[in-house]
Amino acid sequence: MIDVKLESVSKRFTRSGEAAAVDDVTLTIAAGEFFTLLGPSGCGKTTTLRMVAGFYFPTAGHIHFGEQDVTRLAPNKRDTGMVFQNYALFPHMSVAQNVAYGLKVRKVSRADTARRVAQALTEVHLDGYGTRRIDELSGGQQQRVALARALVIRPRTLLLDEPLSNLDAKLREETRTEIRRIQRESGTTSLYVTHDQAEAMAMSDRIAVMRSGQVQQIGTPREVYHEPANAFVARFIGRSNVLSLPVTSAEATRVGVALPGGGRVTATAPDGHGLGEGDTALVAARPEHVVLVSPEEPDAIRGTVTGVEFTGMATHVTVDIGAGADGDVTVAAVDVPDRVDVGDRVGLRLPAERLWVVRP
Amino acid sequence: MTAVSSTVPSRRGEWARRLRGGASAAWFPYLLVAPLVLILWGYVVQPMLATFAESVSDDGTANYTQFLTSSGVARTSLITSLVISAASVLLCGVVGVAMAFLLKRFSFAGRRLIEAFILVPAALPPLIGAISFQLLYSEIGILPRGLQQLLGTAQPVLAFDGIAGVLVVHTFTMYPFFYLAASAALAGFDPSIEEAAYNLGAGRIRVWRTVLLPMLTPALVSASLLVFMTSLASYTAPLLFGVDQTMTMQIYINRTNGDLPMASTYAAVLGLVSIAFLLLMRWYEGRRSYLSQSKGVSAQRREIANPIGRWLAPVASVLAALVLLAPVATIALVAFSADGSWTTEVIPSAYTMDNFVTIFSEPRAFEPILNSLKMSVLATAGCVVVGVLIAYAVRRLKFVGRSLLDVGVMIAWALPGTVVAINLISAFSTGNGFSFGQALIGTFWILPLAYFVRFLPLVFRASSASLALIDPSLEEAARNLGASWWRAFLSITVRLMLPGVIVGALLAFVHGVGEFVASVLIYTSSTTPISVAINNRMYSFEIGTAAAYGMLQVVLIFVVMWFSGRLEGGGRAASRGAEQWTN
Ligand SMILES: Nc1ncnc2c1ncn2[C@@H]1O[C@H](COP(=O)(O)OP(=O)(O)OP(=O)(O)O)[C@@H](O)[C@H]1O
Ligand SMILES: [Mg+2]
Repeated sequence: MIDVKLESVSKRFTRSGEAAAVDDVTLTIAAGEFFTLLGPSGCGKTTTLRMVAGFYFPTAGHIHFGEQDVTRLAPNKRDTGMVFQNYALFPHMSVAQNVAYGLKVRKVSRADTARRVAQALTEVHLDGYGTRRIDELSGGQQQRVALARALVIRPRTLLLDEPLSNLDAKLREETRTEIRRIQRESGTTSLYVTHDQAEAMAMSDRIAVMRSGQVQQIGTPREVYHEPANAFVARFIGRSNVLSLPVTSAEATRVGVALPGGGRVTATAPDGHGLGEGDTALVAARPEHVVLVSPEEPDAIRGTVTGVEFTGMATHVTVDIGAGADGDVTVAAVDVPDRVDVGDRVGLRLPAERLWVVRP
Repeated sequence: MTAVSSTVPSRRGEWARRLRGGASAAWFPYLLVAPLVLILWGYVVQPMLATFAESVSDDGTANYTQFLTSSGVARTSLITSLVISAASVLLCGVVGVAMAFLLKRFSFAGRRLIEAFILVPAALPPLIGAISFQLLYSEIGILPRGLQQLLGTAQPVLAFDGIAGVLVVHTFTMYPFFYLAASAALAGFDPSIEEAAYNLGAGRIRVWRTVLLPMLTPALVSASLLVFMTSLASYTAPLLFGVDQTMTMQIYINRTNGDLPMASTYAAVLGLVSIAFLLLMRWYEGRRSYLSQSKGVSAQRREIANPIGRWLAPVASVLAALVLLAPVATIALVAFSADGSWTTEVIPSAYTMDNFVTIFSEPRAFEPILNSLKMSVLATAGCVVVGVLIAYAVRRLKFVGRSLLDVGVMIAWALPGTVVAINLISAFSTGNGFSFGQALIGTFWILPLAYFVRFLPLVFRASSASLALIDPSLEEAARNLGASWWRAFLSITVRLMLPGVIVGALLAFVHGVGEFVASVLIYTSSTTPISVAINNRMYSFEIGTAAAYGMLQVVLIFVVMWFSGRLEGGGRAASRGAEQWTN
């Protein structure tokens, strides 16, 4: 069942020609789904979220909650629960008063309010903190109060704008698990905004990748990772090598390309992308799929190691192959022999079944 | 080191060595502070005590009991003053907060126009400001007479007089306290807090009631206290609108009737109430405010979407700008009117340059200008030396009684001009140690002294505000590189404070040139300042000449305001810091 629907929504802040902050965004969020807007800074995520919350009205397009058109509805009539990036807790109220605010507005009885506030605080592990002042809480605790305040009203949609960006790395990981647990238990449809791709991958049911106000791709974390729609998505999600290679043969969903070392390989192209012989194809290969081999091996791509980076789980080796869109290729090998060092000559092999042709 | 100290130093050498030890020595702050304390004691505190002594000199506490009897002038005056002050707080609060919301939260055609002129009425010197409102809104004013002619009625329409007139003046000149406090608070707090309330379902009125107002409260309380104090001290407005039974007017009336003990009694009561308010304000400001929460994101201005509002906004803005500029425009207009040419017409009928020719060429008319300039320069020089040193001592040195020194300066600020005048009369009618045995009343020196006491806090505040922006480690770095305390103070701290000090000095100077309230109680005919000359001309119906003098004060003020605005960083902070305390 569709819960939130954006139909060709655009937002321009200036009347004159400048690029739109949000440009023709169409997406649907199913009931109970955890949906994430992901993209680099300034791509229009916050603007989109704020249009859903009702703080901006779209310049064009429509927003529906279920059957209801809410495009121009006042924010206080929308029944969304928003967690702000800086929490926006009321500094002149206690923790409990903050959480109770939305219930008071909804004229919930005193007894019910007290019960639900207590329950919400338990939910976010803050029992006993009700009488505290806001400035007596740590950043992580404030974040949880903000979450409790948004959830206690049982909103039809939960909106979260980079709620974890003010937390340190460890707390961030703990809290994202918490948020997801609470969201699952309450079954609240959620729209989440972040620029952190790891966070988006870990939490979301589906992700919309945005760039300059436009949606690049919508899909599950697996889809956007393994089947990026274009070079931007391939590079933005995880590390990715994008090589531009000459096309030697083209079928419906497969494209043959020539490799710099003289070899040939067939890559998957979901709908052919209209490529023909003589065109140049952009081929994405995840580092973990590139295999490091001896430079003597026939048809291997040959290059010089320019960097070796040990990350614990794997070792990233950067190789300059002197050609291709990026000019160099990153290899993430699980066990790289110690002898690989900067300046060495190495060979690379790209496995055909893992190559994905992307749009520019 | 041992070699040096084993040679017996001469007395001078010993002192020089100790001085080089400078600020690090525990006794050093006291050496610097002692003369400052003496000055504050001699010219601020001791005169106040002299006033108490004067008030009980004739018949003990009998004067004070008049405030308790039900039907006396004393009691009525006290109550009238308090009522006027409370009403002023209310009116200024409504106007100031509404203006702040309108200008800081909405974007509409004409907003910048209002913003440019919003502080103009309050910038006028007290006497000329009150006169301009009288010429605009009282029975003889342009607006009521204009309406009378327009509507063809027998009487002027919408004429303000008495207490209503006083309230008009207070509203126009004091709403900036609320406007500035509320705009700063609005700019300071994070818009997402308000959005959070909307998001949780609160309507506009509820957001106001439960989020915005509570968060504005600290700013509004401070502004209320300021307006209350300033209204209590107000003297020119009741004088011009003929409200005799206020505290300040009674001080003036008793003094001119020669009943100094009674005048002193009023002054003592008013002084005590003012000091009580000062202490209340300091206590309140020491408490927490919510504004520290700000993250520096400024609120988005909302567009006015309503088509009627859109169309109305520019019209209303132009009207508002006209109202804001009307006082200055009136003074300018009248300054070019021939004396005696304005009787029952809406605006003067004959225009001339003569008034300006008169005040610059006639020696008797030019003298007040010269007097005011001379006395203000003297007072300003004193304010700068003492004000900068006190600011430095209070901000940078550690010594017992530091907050007392601070309070001492602020008392000078809290005391109404009338009270300052009575204090000086009580203390310096005969000579005492602080006047080197001379009686100062009746001499040239009493007015510069009064200006010094009244405007010292301006220089102190401006210096203190700019000092707050200077990292103390800069001076330490200079000392570390071998500079003596004195050298580091002069070459680093004073140099960096300079824009702030200049702003403070300019403010003290223009306030000196515009001073009326204390002057009128203690001037002598040979030291008549400009404002008193204006007042005298008004009495002899030479309104044009009076306004010409007023124009000089107004032009001087705008030049100084423009110049302070152009001084970089420190200067601007200083003028903001000092501005909170003017009026
Ligand atoms: N109120 C506004 N007025 C004018 N332009 C705006 C306004 N708000 C956002 N923009 C512009 O719209 C674009 C999108 O901004 P938005 O805040 O949605 O980005 P974002 O994706 O949330 O970025 P970030 O990750 O940095 O928060 C930016 O170019 C921004 O400068
Ligand atoms: Mg954002």
